[in-house]
Amino acid sequence: MSDPVITVENLGKKYRIRHQHQRQRYLTFRDLLADKTKRAARRLWSAARRPLTSDLRPQTSTPPAHEDFWALRGVSFEVNQGESLGIIGSNGAGKSTLLKILSRITEPTVGRARITGRVASLIEVGTGFHPELTGRENIFLNGSILGMSRAEIQRKFDEIIAFAEVEKFLDTPVKHYSSGMYVRLAFAVAAHLEQEILVVDEVLAVGDAQFQKKCLGKMREVGLHQGRTVLFVSHNIQAVKLLCSRSVLLKEGNLLAQGPTEEVTRCYLAENETTGAERVWPREAAPGDATLRLLSLKVAAGNGTTSSELCSDEYVFVEMLVEISSLNDALRVGFELLRADGTVLLTSFHNDTATSEWPPLSLGSNNLRCQVPPGLLNAGRYTVAPRICIHCVRWIVYEPPTVEFDVRITHGRSHFWMGNAPHPGAIRPVFHWVRR
Amino acid sequence: MPQELIIEPGRADRQYWRDIWRYRELFYFLSWRDILVRYKQTVIGIAWAVVKPLLTTVVFSFVFGRIAKLPPDGSAPYSVMVFAAMMPWQFVATSLTECSNSLIGNANLISKIYFPRLIIPAGSVITSFVDFLISAGLLVLMMAWFRWWPDFRLLSIPLFIALAFAASAGPGLWLAALNVKYRDFRYVVPFLVQTGLYVSPVGFSSKIVPERWRLLYSLNPMVGVIDGFRWAILRGETPFYWPGVGLSLAVTFLLLVSGIWYFRRVERSFADVI
Repeated sequence: MSDPVITVENLGKKYRIRHQHQRQRYLTFRDLLADKTKRAARRLWSAARRPLTSDLRPQTSTPPAHEDFWALRGVSFEVNQGESLGIIGSNGAGKSTLLKILSRITEPTVGRARITGRVASLIEVGTGFHPELTGRENIFLNGSILGMSRAEIQRKFDEIIAFAEVEKFLDTPVKHYSSGMYVRLAFAVAAHLEQEILVVDEVLAVGDAQFQKKCLGKMREVGLHQGRTVLFVSHNIQAVKLLCSRSVLLKEGNLLAQGPTEEVTRCYLAENETTGAERVWPREAAPGDATLRLLSLKVAAGNGTTSSELCSDEYVFVEMLVEISSLNDALRVGFELLRADGTVLLTSFHNDTATSEWPPLSLGSNNLRCQVPPGLLNAGRYTVAPRICIHCVRWIVYEPPTVEFDVRITHGRSHFWMGNAPHPGAIRPVFHWVRR
Repeated sequence: MPQELIIEPGRADRQYWRDIWRYRELFYFLSWRDILVRYKQTVIGIAWAVVKPLLTTVVFSFVFGRIAKLPPDGSAPYSVMVFAAMMPWQFVATSLTECSNSLIGNANLISKIYFPRLIIPAGSVITSFVDFLISAGLLVLMMAWFRWWPDFRLLSIPLFIALAFAASAGPGLWLAALNVKYRDFRYVVPFLVQTGLYVSPVGFSSKIVPERWRLLYSLNPMVGVIDGFRWAILRGETPFYWPGVGLSLAVTFLLLVSGIWYFRRVERSFADVI
């Protein structure tokens, strides 16, 4: 049809992982000096001793100070004008690195990309929002950060506030906004960008369902009707299916598959086969960020055993072991319970209840348990996907379904209740009936 | 005609200065934000810009002029002489402090969008310049109080303001870039600013420095800036010590050029290490 507007050839990005200094997050100049001096001293020392002992002593090999790590390697693909391309893959697959290279935040180590047209990258909603500034001021600030000119923002201003539904609070500092309003305003600015190419990373995952729908609609409009090119990164397979006709699948920095979204998502789901009722991550590979890491997720039966076959008349315990490095009031730890076909049955977070009933969180390890009541689930296979976020700000853990279990029906007391015979419905609670 | 962008290793260097021009509006908005936030957050926002140099000037005039009985520059009142130096000193000191923290403070932006990173420390210098303008107003009031008026030499002041900009940007860029990589540089800055106030001729005239030390003393870029300000504001009653001014200029220029060079060299890895 038309020439590709994005051509990516053999793109790769190498990071250095430091093995020393693991205690601290940042390098300090003092340590650098100390390190250099120590090394020089050691060299002098060994040089002085070498004539005597070099043949006798075995060379002690110190482990290398850094290790190279390819976050992205040998990735090539093309995107045509007006096309929406989905980029999928689990955490650490290189999606964010790819986006960061395409939006020029970081440079690739090898390869090249050619992009025709202006690029707007939405790696986060509300980048640069300042809590002290008013809604109006933030629209201008955020707009210019996203690459709009002042004239463009002025022209779109009314449209933006109408979309965000915050007319009344335009001159209120955004620190007084509710988190919903904040996200709406932030997305509204982003939705009115005029760049020919939009690069979008998981921004839809925040905000309430109704607003997500509105955003998805807006994104579709952008892609289909305005003929703009969209690169869309998401864990949300449904959203990718809705928006993108073609997708690429990344795994461990490599391009695993590309083609029609249907095929690629099937490939992705097959890649992410769940593995029994418990999943434990080694600390260095645990999903999460500097705030929190998810160390394990498991499903246990009411009698306490970790099991992948559960009886419906017992509690189902979903246990999450998280390690918290910095506490945040808006932290929400939870999960999605899905049916085998991928439909989400329910979402639950540890602070869904009244404040006084929240399980307290503290720094370090926290083992949280959710009790799914007996007599709720229907027979069949279920999967659990961990969901941890800073409310309305960002996702910390947004993994595909990780553990799975089967439910056997044991809770019916009626002699008409046909145990494990297929029975329509995602859930199968027993309700109370009366005659009036 | 849609523009074409090519991304490959080392490519960003060639488009750098063109990009700075292209991102001028972002520069404008970020500076605007910083200024707005600076004066919004505190009730005494603007008062702070007035009180700080004024109080220091009063203390310095008292300590150096009355107690130590150091000679003033020509016939100008001692406090006007001190204030003429306090203005550029405060400007450079605030710029340095703000610059060195600017990249860390905007880590969020740096890891989320692309723009020439030079915009951020440059914005900090501009923000500090607003304080400078406020204290310039104060100087006018002060001169009216003492009935001391400058002559035509005042016209040369933009030149020295430009010099002050260079003197804050050079070390500022060094500190900003180093601070990203080595977080302990933030402890260096307050020390630098504190000692700098006494090492630079703020509370006294640079002519009291013994002749044979004068050239060495001028290695401090602030000597050139402050002597320039005094010359322009105090009717040039103390003639320039030319070798010193030349040396100060050279050091300032060297710091600026090397600062830009170093900043550019490490800038592309900011997003990875910040």
